[in-house]
Amino acid sequence: MRKFAFAESGEGFVPPSTADFNLPPIFGDNEFTTKPIALVLLSVILISVFFIIASRKASVVPSKLQFAGESVYAFVRNGIGQEIIGHEFMRFVPFLFSLFTFIITNNVFGIVPLLQFPSMSHVAFPYVLALISFGVFHYVGIKKHGLGKYLKGIAFMPGVPKAVYILLTPIEIATFFLVRPLTLSLRLFANMFAGHLLLLVFILGGEHMLSGAIGVKLIAPFAFAFGIGMTFFEFMVQCLQAYIFTLLTALFIAGALADEH
Amino acid sequence: MSFRISAAAEELNPLVPHTSEIIVGFIAFTLLYLVLRSKVVPMFEKAFAARTEAIQGGMEKAEKAQRDAQVALEQYTAQLSDARGEAQKIREEARVQGAAIIEDLRGKAQEEAARITAAATASIEAERQQAITSLRNEVGSLATELASKIVGEALDDQVRQSRIVDRFLDDLEKSK
Repeated sequence: MRKFAFAESGEGFVPPSTADFNLPPIFGDNEFTTKPIALVLLSVILISVFFIIASRKASVVPSKLQFAGESVYAFVRNGIGQEIIGHEFMRFVPFLFSLFTFIITNNVFGIVPLLQFPSMSHVAFPYVLALISFGVFHYVGIKKHGLGKYLKGIAFMPGVPKAVYILLTPIEIATFFLVRPLTLSLRLFANMFAGHLLLLVFILGGEHMLSGAIGVKLIAPFAFAFGIGMTFFEFMVQCLQAYIFTLLTALFIAGALADEH
Repeated sequence: MSFRISAAAEELNPLVPHTSEIIVGFIAFTLLYLVLRSKVVPMFEKAFAARTEAIQGGMEKAEKAQRDAQVALEQYTAQLSDARGEAQKIREEARVQGAAIIEDLRGKAQEEAARITAAATASIEAERQQAITSLRNEVGSLATELASKIVGEALDDQVRQSRIVDRFLDDLEKSK
């Protein structure tokens, strides 16, 4: 498709832009048959199938597959849930586990050959996840402390001189109801978006150089090499972002459960 | 490519979410959550619990074995010290008994010795008496015989003879 673009627009490199993220429907003229949606559904199927098979015959001495699935599960369960939330963590493990596997799978789609599109670079998915996370931690806090006490805890942080509330109360309210969900979603979205754009620049730039003059052709391999290097870097970022999203959600839940905000 | 251009024209702001994706994202995540919560987490938790139990059971078993060994060791030590005490007691008893036996034997031996000495003394005395008596007779008869031979006087008469001998002996003793 891109080659056609060059052919159509004649000479000159068209740098990848935000428009490259708006992929056409795979079939039909339908908003629901686009690649990101297909990828998200694929991720749900892949994760479910993998973990159901891995845990189906869960035993004391694990098989290789069980061990692989269990490692991921134990990482979220102990490394994030137990570590951050503490003794009530077990209630939240399924949620955190789903969150982590869902995000990491969709992120890694960004570097899987043929798929090569991080679904989380479509802001709707991070929004949804952040909204769920937002809903969960406020719900947990309200259920534990009661609505009034919970809101009071947020707005009027205990142990602070009264005059400071003039400054602190708006900041705290903004933090809890605006900054947290926004940063949570935008961090994930922006990382995936920028990462994908970066890969596009190197790969498409290299491709374009190949069609250029002989001198430019010689530089093309460097662009590809850098693109491959960036792919590994992206993998790191993708894993890291999934971890951060889950970790922060756990932190928010722990904060809502804590007696003092 | 016509799509790309048209799409670029339509919406370039990547911060505006697609409604379809919000719906799908929500449903997909909820679905995933339900599947993982009902099918995966319980299985893994079961395995974890079983593993913890197995490890704890093993550890408890080891602890019990160690406790048993400790108890046995204490028992053996106690028995050993008992045996030592017993041996000591037996040795002491043996020593005492030995001393008693020696004392007893010594007493007996002394008694025996005393008895033998007494017997010997008695028999010597008897023999002496006998010797004296026989000597007296012998000496009497010899002397009488001698005297009769010398004096030439027959001293056959028994009474006279003994009187003479007695007198002679008395004189002998007096002269001593």
